[in-house]
Amino acid sequence: MLTEFATVLVFIVLGAVTVALMLGVSRLLQPRDQTAVKLSTYECGEVPFGSSWVQFNIRFYVIALIFIVFDVEVALLYPWAVIFQRLGLLAFVEALVFIVILMAGLAYVWKEGDLDWVRAMQENPAGKGGK
Amino acid sequence: MESFVHSLVKAVPVLSGVPMWTLTLTAMILSAAVLLVFALTFGGVGSYVLRKVAGDIQARIGPNRVGPNGILQFLADGVKLVLKEDIIPAKADRFLFALAPYFVFVGSFAAFVVLPFGVGLIASDLNIGVYYVMAVTSLVVVGVLLAGWASNNKWALLGGMRAAAQIVSYEIPVGMALMPAVLIAGSLSLQDIVRSQGGLLGVFGWNLFHNPFTFFSFFLYFTAAQAETNQTPFDLPEAESELVSGYNVEYSGIRFGFFFLAEFGDMFVVAALATACFLGGWHIPFLHAEALPAFWGNLLSLGAFLAKAFALVLVMMWIRWTLPRLRVDQLMRMAWKYLVPLTFVNLLGVSLWLLIFKGKGIPQMIASLFG
Repeated sequence: MLTEFATVLVFIVLGAVTVALMLGVSRLLQPRDQTAVKLSTYECGEVPFGSSWVQFNIRFYVIALIFIVFDVEVALLYPWAVIFQRLGLLAFVEALVFIVILMAGLAYVWKEGDLDWVRAMQENPAGKGGK
Repeated sequence: MESFVHSLVKAVPVLSGVPMWTLTLTAMILSAAVLLVFALTFGGVGSYVLRKVAGDIQARIGPNRVGPNGILQFLADGVKLVLKEDIIPAKADRFLFALAPYFVFVGSFAAFVVLPFGVGLIASDLNIGVYYVMAVTSLVVVGVLLAGWASNNKWALLGGMRAAAQIVSYEIPVGMALMPAVLIAGSLSLQDIVRSQGGLLGVFGWNLFHNPFTFFSFFLYFTAAQAETNQTPFDLPEAESELVSGYNVEYSGIRFGFFFLAEFGDMFVVAALATACFLGGWHIPFLHAEALPAFWGNLLSLGAFLAKAFALVLVMMWIRWTLPRLRVDQLMRMAWKYLVPLTFVNLLGVSLWLLIFKGKGIPQMIASLFG
């Protein structure tokens, strides 16, 4: 059991070591000639305009919240799927109730317009969904 | 792994003097090294095949200068990436900028641990296989988000944010679409899932043909996975014509190379998972690989698995060069308004089928009709 997961550790370590090693080899072989222009941020050839670390609308705040709920659901349904054939009808009804509640939540969010990337594009901006 | 080492000690008595843990560790490192070489080679050869396929589809030649038919192009590319100057923009967050490729590459490579390449060819048959793949591949999101943020570049930031929204959204359909295979096998271990698709029915033992719902969920999975690995038509995080190159625009040299390798690694992992869960994994139609002598069984099943997985990779490339890119709002609509409800209905369909027909698929029922 533990050795099975030790393999995972070996893979992760070997992967990270490979990245570090290749970066090191590359460091020894590459030319180093860095100028201020070369080190500037790429903005299609224009002189970079300000920092990009500004406050901006990431759009998917609500979607991220919904994601957490659904991801937990997926996490809960996997163990259910493993023993489903042993439990039979009871397990099916339980999962049905579970999924129906979540679908009701999804339907609500859908109706509120939070699933749309651009809320302003909705037909009724003055309505409940568009603020 | 332990059973393998035990059988090795039995076969080669000289090894019995060596401590057990040394042997186990050596076997682990060797298996990891073999898969690492495979992943790197797949990235290289894959990039060549991708460009050749693109050339064929777009009625042009593709790479044809280095070696016969351009076959050595990927070696030239690799050498070039290593020799290129590695530039970290002055305004970037140096630490996070350097950290991002580690997350992306390790997240993609760690998924290879549980891929069942053959009857006994698996680095470690974790009892949470499918779950584990979903967990480690989501490390890629962290890397992409780090890369986008640390670059201090507007294109990279937009690309990284889009990637986070996209990968996170499509993770749910991917997880739900793989669940029918778990339902049928009653196990999360990928070897158990593959074994559940054997039998003498040939290709009709595969989960793909088990019932109409599993047939459908293969296509749901393939669509969602195409989006989760940022392949065209869902390659909005990169979108070279609008975001220049997205989250990796500031990366150069071998640091960029790791993003590239991770993308190909993800492509293979997706194809391999689809193969293992729906296309019978390493099962060879009408041939019982497990009953063959160990060497031939492993060799033939490895061939079958790779053939299926590579065929799916080619389909992904074909889709990539055929369909135009979606718009970002269409992409989110596709995930939340179509794929999520469909995968849920599909899951209930599969479980209802298993309940009513006591776990039997259509091919099994037809076979039992004819005795």
